[in-house]
Amino acid sequence: MSLQRWWERAESLPGRAAGGRLVVHGGEWLQVATDAAAAGAQLLSLWVTPTVDGAGMAHVALLIDGAVLLLEQMVAAGERYRGLQQLFPAAARMQRAAADLCGIRCDAPDQRPWLRHTAWSAVEAPLACPPATRPASGAAIDDYAFVRVAGDGVHEIAVGPVHAGIIEPGHFRFSVVGEKVLRLEQRLGYLHKGVELRFTELEPCDAHRLAARICGDSTVAYSWAYCQAVEAIAGVQVPLRAVWLRGVCLELERIQNHVGDLGALGNDAGFAFGLAQLARLKEELLRATEVAFGQRYLMDVVVPGGVSVDPASAALAALVIEIGRIAVRVRELRRIYDDHSGVRDRFAGAGVVLPELARQLGLTGLAGRASLQAADLRVDAPWAPYHVLGPVVAVRRDGDVAARVAVRFDEVDESCRLVAAFLSDLPDGATSCTVTLPAAGRHGLGLIEGWRGPVLVALQTTAAGRIQRCHVHDPSWQNWPVLEHAIVGNIVPDFPLINKSFNLSYSGHDL
Amino acid sequence: MIKTLRTIAGIGIVSEAPPAQDDTLRVREALQQEVLAVLGRALCIRQVDAGSCNGCELEIHALNNPIYNIEGLGIRFVASPRHADMLLVTGPVSRHMVTALRRTYDATPDPKLVVAVGNCGCDGGIFGAGYATVGGVAEVIPVDVAVPGCPPSPERLLQGILTAIRVPKPGADAT
Ligand code: SF4
Repeated sequence: MSLQRWWERAESLPGRAAGGRLVVHGGEWLQVATDAAAAGAQLLSLWVTPTVDGAGMAHVALLIDGAVLLLEQMVAAGERYRGLQQLFPAAARMQRAAADLCGIRCDAPDQRPWLRHTAWSAVEAPLACPPATRPASGAAIDDYAFVRVAGDGVHEIAVGPVHAGIIEPGHFRFSVVGEKVLRLEQRLGYLHKGVELRFTELEPCDAHRLAARICGDSTVAYSWAYCQAVEAIAGVQVPLRAVWLRGVCLELERIQNHVGDLGALGNDAGFAFGLAQLARLKEELLRATEVAFGQRYLMDVVVPGGVSVDPASAALAALVIEIGRIAVRVRELRRIYDDHSGVRDRFAGAGVVLPELARQLGLTGLAGRASLQAADLRVDAPWAPYHVLGPVVAVRRDGDVAARVAVRFDEVDESCRLVAAFLSDLPDGATSCTVTLPAAGRHGLGLIEGWRGPVLVALQTTAAGRIQRCHVHDPSWQNWPVLEHAIVGNIVPDFPLINKSFNLSYSGHDL
Repeated sequence: MIKTLRTIAGIGIVSEAPPAQDDTLRVREALQQEVLAVLGRALCIRQVDAGSCNGCELEIHALNNPIYNIEGLGIRFVASPRHADMLLVTGPVSRHMVTALRRTYDATPDPKLVVAVGNCGCDGGIFGAGYATVGGVAEVIPVDVAVPGCPPSPERLLQGILTAIRVPKPGADAT
């Protein structure tokens, strides 16, 4: 059935031109989700807000033709809401996480914990009723029910949580025959820091600092998404100059990450030259960023109401020159990668996610674009300044490491162009405005296309204007399960390369 | 190939001189002088992310780039704690990483050094201690040197590492 009737019932979302919030009852929850899935909706996030005495509100955010549909349903104490994993497979882990954090379950068959290991028990729910802080010694290893693969010659390789390189912790359980991977099962949650509870202890106009530290490599995306949510609730218009500078920061973050990862990918393919060159370029970019914004990583630049620094025009001019140089250098290195038969050989055909699988599983962001999922919020649901200046979206169809590398090279080029364009049109005027939150319970949504994909922040304030609930969502939630598919049939030694080509977040996922 | 070689030759050596040690970063008394003299020549570091946001890791990665060129100083990141002389630990230590961090520490042969990295590694940073975190690295294992910053710059990190493996300058007390 058409979605139109649901849109008609939805109330508008503050600060968003398109989209709406729809509170439903009974069977409507599944009906709306089914209609949305049929209309090609993308799952942005699913979460729960505990209310009182074991009851709560289930939320799901869907993106349909550039408009956000925020669907909500009350769940009474002891009741289960309908799981959406059949419609949106990525919902499965989000539902398990919601059960861990809020104590409210859905009717999905997989009821194993996801974010919860040993820090709290199955009968506790940190967001409903924070468990008492315990001494560090109580931590043991929990007994997680991994799926076993049986058969002649099948054995398991367990890796992590502490990995061999300088990377975040997580556990991977490979079932292999010889060198070939039959199955991968991930176990995440090691980095769970209680971020969503911590938000409720902070002042709304100060909590952008926490948002900026959820996932350090996407600090601009998170702090911007958080500020968007606060600004939507406060109903303020951020000065144009600040908006343009935010755009510059977001694109700098995209370039930093892509350049760093492209170097690491060369290294994983045995081409150390690539790492040395691209790591050097990244360092030069970080230094130019520091000259302009006072920080190498732009941790606290995006603040509620604007930006915290107004770079000197000379520093910005130098940044434009540096970006131009980097773009040229990266193009040269791309040619060297393309010409190198060894690198080509390792990249092509490794970790394939075919477009049809990508669509079914909801692969998002840059990894999605490498598998023909041409979605990019900067174009599909543009916010200022992207409504006037958007990127040409890079898309590939092969879905292998080579495709993800190609998308990243394209995006570096495009982001360099955007930085220069934003700076050449930089509006004059103030870089911040005052933000006062109304003393009333309100909802605000922030949605930003970070370098990995869409980052979502859903903020709810109390009647006193404090944080009631702040849900944050990293695109890695959608993409981690797809990595389990991408590795099947590949050899174990290719895992680091394939993993790096996605470079998913652990901290942003574990919260 | 010719393009690769031309690029290498064209760029030349970009490594910069390392920073001096900074004894104010010390939180424990230094190891014996003889041990430090041996370690100081070739140091193996095992990095452990015990709860970081990944920001500190980005700057730790930068130590390996040609500009900071940590390998040029005889310092290497290794894949196993069994090969390590030093643990470089980021945090706030999450409760789910306490056991892994302890086991990594126990697997590291003596004498071992621990450098805690970042505001979070020093005292839990903005995350503090709660139902899911225990705070700084020192809550779980003994720390020799702590490097604040969010994230600390590569220079600052290098300074912390070098401070841990060098004999304190006369007059400098452990804080
Ligand atoms: S110190 Fe800063 S950069 Fe390092 S882990 Fe903590 S929040 Fe992240």
